[in-house]
Amino acid sequence: MSMIKVQNITKSYGNVEAVKGISFEVGEGEIFGLIGPDGAGKTTIFHILTTLLKPGSGKAKVMGLDVVDDYRKIRSEVGYMPGRFALYRDLSVEENLQFFASVFDTSVDANYELIKPIYSQLEPFKDRLADDLSGGMKQKLALCCALIHKPKVLFLDEPTTGVDAVSRKEFWQMLHRLKEQDITLLVSTPYMDEAEQCDRVALIQDGEILSINTPKAVTKGFKKELWSVKADNKYELIQLLRQYEFSETVQPFGETVHYTDQREKIDAGELESYLKGQGMEHLHVKKAEPTIEDTFMRLMEPEASHE
Amino acid sequence: MSEPMIAAGNLTRKFGDFTAVDHISFEVKKGEIFGFLGANGAGKTTAMRMLTGLLIPTGGEATVAGFDVYSQAEQLKRHIGYMSQRFSLYEDLTVRENIRLYGGIYGLTDEELQSKSNQLLSMLVMEDFQHQRISSLPLGWKQKLAFSVALIHEPQIVFLDEPTGGVDPITRRQFWEQIYKVAEEGTTVFVTTHYMDEAEYCDRVSIMVDGRIDALGPPEGLKERFKAESIEEVFIELARGAERE
Repeated sequence: MSMIKVQNITKSYGNVEAVKGISFEVGEGEIFGLIGPDGAGKTTIFHILTTLLKPGSGKAKVMGLDVVDDYRKIRSEVGYMPGRFALYRDLSVEENLQFFASVFDTSVDANYELIKPIYSQLEPFKDRLADDLSGGMKQKLALCCALIHKPKVLFLDEPTTGVDAVSRKEFWQMLHRLKEQDITLLVSTPYMDEAEQCDRVALIQDGEILSINTPKAVTKGFKKELWSVKADNKYELIQLLRQYEFSETVQPFGETVHYTDQREKIDAGELESYLKGQGMEHLHVKKAEPTIEDTFMRLMEPEASHE
Repeated sequence: MSEPMIAAGNLTRKFGDFTAVDHISFEVKKGEIFGFLGANGAGKTTAMRMLTGLLIPTGGEATVAGFDVYSQAEQLKRHIGYMSQRFSLYEDLTVRENIRLYGGIYGLTDEELQSKSNQLLSMLVMEDFQHQRISSLPLGWKQKLAFSVALIHEPQIVFLDEPTGGVDPITRRQFWEQIYKVAEEGTTVFVTTHYMDEAEYCDRVSIMVDGRIDALGPPEGLKERFKAESIEEVFIELARGAERE
């Protein structure tokens, strides 16, 4: 059974079409990621699914309940961790948790088992004001508060934005543990590398979905040979690759530059000798496995292949 | 060899009993792209505030672009560029007004301002949008404009504080190309970021843990030393030992 079902949802703010006819389904116990930059429409989708906004058109259901007709029921059932820190800064850690439990007509004790692995890390600071917590701890507390009524579906809007790599990693470990408890998770993130943490992802840009699949299958959609090129002077290397007569796409990629050619298959030697002839030193040319980011860029610019 | 653009020796900042930055020493060369990494609370912001003349150290020494952080903080501020993702441009001013404001703050003459504004607008291909308010522009454009504005007085070094959060991968790369270009032209770029994959775009990176610099070197060298596949792994390995939360 699908826990979340979105059918052709749209939403406009004045003249701006934030969401342009999006559809997807999330199965029970699945971690589904909405991956895309700021302004892609991720938060609007969360607001519609958590019944904070009505869709312009289209239908959406959460746990079989309609987001417009059954909004009250949805609100009491789901868990939601908004993108902006939304706990009470002038309440302590423990008071925040008690508050959210009481809003949902339950108690901290009744559901302690579910949050215990996360909350135990916060317990030494339970009397501290929420405002005085570090970024990573705020995020853990927000997760506990969103879980305190044992929701079957949990919405997490950019939970890892602005936190460091260590906290991000720990946070994903917590989400995987929740999945084991059959909780369905919809997570959004602008970090492309987090796609791998999800069972399936939707890549989203400008209010539209570019691709929906497992992370592996999404990168399989990258049909071209991808080359990783490295040389001493990266800036010059980029310019030279762009000037090459068969050049299709050229993108800096960390220490290397990712390159695709207009031709179907190419020989690394040919590219190498062109670059050497132009004076590039310490040259390394090798085939690369496309990442989610490579695929995302390719999908963003379908015209790239017709340049 | 030319003078280093940043030279810090045992630079320290205490707040009461708490040592936010604990004897850090490093140098950044002219034209280098230097990545400054650290976990939340590791002391990055405090270090950056000292290097930009906003906070007096409690110990050690540092010069930036040849200016002493204790005695020449005012000159230092005038000779560096600074951009942060959130606060660089005035949202309710137009593109052209923002350029004029920053040019004015950095002491450009009216003539210089005219020619600089036109040059900048044409370089960014934003002539048609010069009278639009910043709030109406896409995030990627704001970022490119903020970067150019931070360089309007042609500083020898520019500090970028978390510059690329939230933009799409193509825009992010266009931004890095802009960085490569100015570095190629001799400007030093000092950048802090949360994206560990972004660290790999830098010539060298330093990683702060509990107020100290625990690793420093080119991304490739650090990965070799820590037998890691990525800078993210190096970072996690180091930051795991952190005692501060």
